[in-house]
Amino acid sequence: MNIVLNGKQQSVADQCTISDLISQLGLADKRLAVEVNLDIIPRSEHPQHQLSADDKVEIVHAIGGGCKLHGDANID
Amino acid sequence: MNDPLIIAGVEYHSRLLVGTGKYKDMQESKLATEASGAEIVTIAIRRSNIGQNPDEPNLLDILPLDKYTLLPNTAGCYNVEDAVRTCRLARELLDGHDLVKLEVLGDEKTLFPDVTATLEAAKILVKDGFKIMVYTNDDPIMAKRLEEVGCVAVMPLAAPIGSGLGIRNPYNILEIVDNATVPVLVDAGVGTASDAAMAMELGVDGILMNTAIAAAQDPVLMAHAMKNATIAGRQAFKAGRMPRKRYASASSPIDGTFF
Repeated sequence: MNIVLNGKQQSVADQCTISDLISQLGLADKRLAVEVNLDIIPRSEHPQHQLSADDKVEIVHAIGGGCKLHGDANID
Repeated sequence: MNDPLIIAGVEYHSRLLVGTGKYKDMQESKLATEASGAEIVTIAIRRSNIGQNPDEPNLLDILPLDKYTLLPNTAGCYNVEDAVRTCRLARELLDGHDLVKLEVLGDEKTLFPDVTATLEAAKILVKDGFKIMVYTNDDPIMAKRLEEVGCVAVMPLAAPIGSGLGIRNPYNILEIVDNATVPVLVDAGVGTASDAAMAMELGVDGILMNTAIAAAQDPVLMAHAMKNATIAGRQAFKAGRMPRKRYASASSPIDGTFF
């Protein structure tokens, strides 16, 4: 099935959990936060939370930023 | 002199807060942050790069959570919804950490805050349990309103973000300091060390800066300079400056002169 991951189409296995997705992306052990259809899914629920087709998933992390962060300031 | 900065009940010993954007690499970011002596460091929340450089260094590796208080920042948000969403994601990312910097911008050219949207977002976030350090204009009335809705620190700009123009409106900053019962920090606009000292001499409780350090020719040296200027300005404020006078006043005694 397809989901929309960080604004782009992504193919994942049926019954894929958030943990599966994070592993598939090589992001296991990284400090991340995950939102599915605008709801934050706590880290403790990642192993159980199954994705559905067309879910809009956002995976975010911390980058450098201060009082000036505007478009081009992504240093990570 | 034990003179801690207390924000939301927590004592800090540095009155300089720094951002971590705009550095040329992680190493420079790390060294400048260390040189600044800052204990509170702002970060931004952005999409993870999917499928690109999975082994790239992570900002949190150079900013260990046991050494720094990370201050997630809603920089780049232009509306209430994005700012609230960013804070909630940051809280999940940092295991329930609820101290955040709220900024809701109004315009790309000036990066001035949208103060009505900022106030609205602040109300929502306070109700949701966040401790908010809020970026605002150098408007004493709005600063008071933000304090009244429960922000734990009010952070007026000295000049537009990234402009380095220094303290453009010292009397407004002074008025905000006089009215406030929460810490007031100058956020944005500082260009060099004298600006930091001047802000501290006005009686603000601290300064948050990023570009003034990151965009200096030698960021690590400028970070040292800002640390010293912040301390010097604070000490001068506490010491109380001499009155300004129009005419000279000799420092050496007149009695005993032999000429």
